[in-house]
Amino acid sequence: MAKINIKIEGISYQVEEGLTILEAAKTCGYEIPSLCTFNHGECNQGSCRVCLVEATGARGLVASCVYPVAEGMEIRISSPKAIDARRESVELLLSNHNKNCQQCDKNGQCELLYVANLTGARDDAFCGEHSEVHIDRLAPALTRDTSKCILCGRCIERCKNAHGLGILGYENRGFETFVSPAENRSFADSPCIQCGQCVNVCPTGALMENSEIGLIDEAFKAGKTVVVQAAPAVRAALGEEFGFPIGTPVTGKMIAALRRLGFYRVYDVNFGADLTIMEEGTELLGRLQNNGTLPMITSCSPGWVNYAEYNYEDLLPHLSTCKSPHEMQGAIIKSYWAKEHNIDPKDIFVVSVMPCVAKKFEKQRDQLQVDNLQDVDAVITTRELARMIRRSGIRFDKLPDEEWDGDIMGDYTGAGVIFGVTGGVMEAALRTVYHVLTGKEKEEITFTEVRGHEAGIREASIDINGTVVNVAIASGMKSAKVLLDEIREGTSKYQFIEIMGCPGGCINGGGQPYVRPQLLPNEDDDILDTYKEKRAKALYTEDERQTIRQSHNNPQIQELYEKFLGEPNSHVAHKYLHTSYAGREGFNELSQGE
Amino acid sequence: MAKLNAAAVAKIREICARYTEEKTPLMMILSDIQNEYGYIPLEVQEIVSQETGISVAEIYGVVTFYSFFSLTPKGKYVIGCCLGTACYVKGAQQVIDKFCELLHVEPGGTTDDGLFTIDALRCIGACGIAPAVSINGKVYPKMTVSQVQEVIAQYLLLEEKGEGAGAS
Repeated sequence: MAKINIKIEGISYQVEEGLTILEAAKTCGYEIPSLCTFNHGECNQGSCRVCLVEATGARGLVASCVYPVAEGMEIRISSPKAIDARRESVELLLSNHNKNCQQCDKNGQCELLYVANLTGARDDAFCGEHSEVHIDRLAPALTRDTSKCILCGRCIERCKNAHGLGILGYENRGFETFVSPAENRSFADSPCIQCGQCVNVCPTGALMENSEIGLIDEAFKAGKTVVVQAAPAVRAALGEEFGFPIGTPVTGKMIAALRRLGFYRVYDVNFGADLTIMEEGTELLGRLQNNGTLPMITSCSPGWVNYAEYNYEDLLPHLSTCKSPHEMQGAIIKSYWAKEHNIDPKDIFVVSVMPCVAKKFEKQRDQLQVDNLQDVDAVITTRELARMIRRSGIRFDKLPDEEWDGDIMGDYTGAGVIFGVTGGVMEAALRTVYHVLTGKEKEEITFTEVRGHEAGIREASIDINGTVVNVAIASGMKSAKVLLDEIREGTSKYQFIEIMGCPGGCINGGGQPYVRPQLLPNEDDDILDTYKEKRAKALYTEDERQTIRQSHNNPQIQELYEKFLGEPNSHVAHKYLHTSYAGREGFNELSQGE
Repeated sequence: MAKLNAAAVAKIREICARYTEEKTPLMMILSDIQNEYGYIPLEVQEIVSQETGISVAEIYGVVTFYSFFSLTPKGKYVIGCCLGTACYVKGAQQVIDKFCELLHVEPGGTTDDGLFTIDALRCIGACGIAPAVSINGKVYPKMTVSQVQEVIAQYLLLEEKGEGAGAS
């Protein structure tokens, strides 16, 4: 890249040609107040006007996020004109904003409040009429409140980039514009997969997960036996909420915190993950040996399952019938575990801590009940757990490292840990399949990336005792679609496919801590490019530290089969651990009154 | 939500196919559908989405952005009252108010008998003859409030004689 000469505040710098003023200024040590520096190219509309600066050669002030640098350009960020303009831009955004910040779950991490503070937008400078407000609270996982929306369009871009879906769009015109699914429908009445990626990028409280902290409070008040289980990816990110560098595993402190929050038992969903591998591995072998429907596709990710039900009804027989790990574990807690502890299953309340918001939708599916009892009663995100910890006065950084409860479902293996990363379920399953077919152990499966990082698809061929298994991995529905269309056209060469809803897998789930570089001054400048890798590394490190790294070698899993389930895919296993799917219409007929 | 008949689906696909060479075909497709059917409901947008790969929300956004496109069927006669600056200062608001009063509908609405739709338009480029009203393409120059009753009567008379033009 050619270098060009510019001046900022009269000081000469050399910067790369082709950068925007905002990017160039960053390389020179300036952080121009803006909303989209958080956003890394997912907003390029220049519509919010927060980042205005003076630049020679331009008419008036320019939006630095879209205006490119040029040779000899002189830029003023701190001129009175630019400072006034940025403040006024934010005041204009605030003029149509619902400023009930104290009632907002984004409080503390709101980018609008941050730039308001930064630019000095204190006064109600432009008070007047507000746009009509549209609120959607019908969907189990997500809420939308347009009174908080600043029309930046990041959610629209993320939905398109991650999934090729584009559920959200601008509706109407001018002052009446708002962002919503077509026809101002609820997420529940559109083909939204409720993954929550839009929540992750929303700068304000316009898009949020449905908090279920209240459900847990009620369960405690009602005297229920409240059991908690935490998913692998949570431990790789929870620390971020308490100032730990991204990628710090905080397993021990998380367990200690959960125990101090009053949960009767604190379990790792990894036990459920090991159970999933036993069932799913056996299911795969069955399909391979009995000419079953192939390729078989994993079913752990509820966002992906939603996508399949909306868009690929014809391919639903390809999905593994296995429930996701926390649902399996919930079903076991309310059956085998309840019996062992002599507790009525009706008095048990199972809470899952998940990196995911689609799990909130999943847990209320009719297909995930046994004997009229929901397997899981409440799902909270990593972010919600952080809120619970904070309100309880727990100093997270001062907590000791503690161990999971060890009774009945306390053992877990490294295979379960890596479920949280794209490719992890596949690797864990193949370790067990390899053992069943060869009687030997295989530690690692190496995947080669054949189609580049863009498409996000990886594949491998594994020779197990002469049986060649072709496998593929995709995360994000845009990538998944490529593999699914191959199956539809009959050209798929795979026997086993892992699909995760969110790009990068659960470590980048819709319920994980927000990555806002501006609010993370101690992280590297390129943190938006590296945070997924750092979180994934935290999980792989934990896998390597485990002495047992194959699900079938988990002693308590073996005991569970001996005492309760019989063998994988048995009749009992099917009752508690397997599920079914059904096609759904994306834009369903709306009932009267909606 | 599949309420469209096979012929309509085929027609919409054919319209989409007209513009496969275009880089940004959406406006042209929607214009043709609007002209063909008089409106663009969600079911039709879903088919356009399947054919073009553009999300339904984005198509819906375009349809609701431009007043030329409609989500609901329009009346047989679409009375377009220009409310652009020139027409407005020449009394266009009073003209549209009169149409609304006599036909008992709000701007954007359609009469119960399906005959008339009143549209409030932004500048239609006929400032020299302000205030301008356009009914199914026929332009009425320098409209006054007192002429409104007569204009409506003309169309009702056409209907009585059974000579009414096909809706566009």
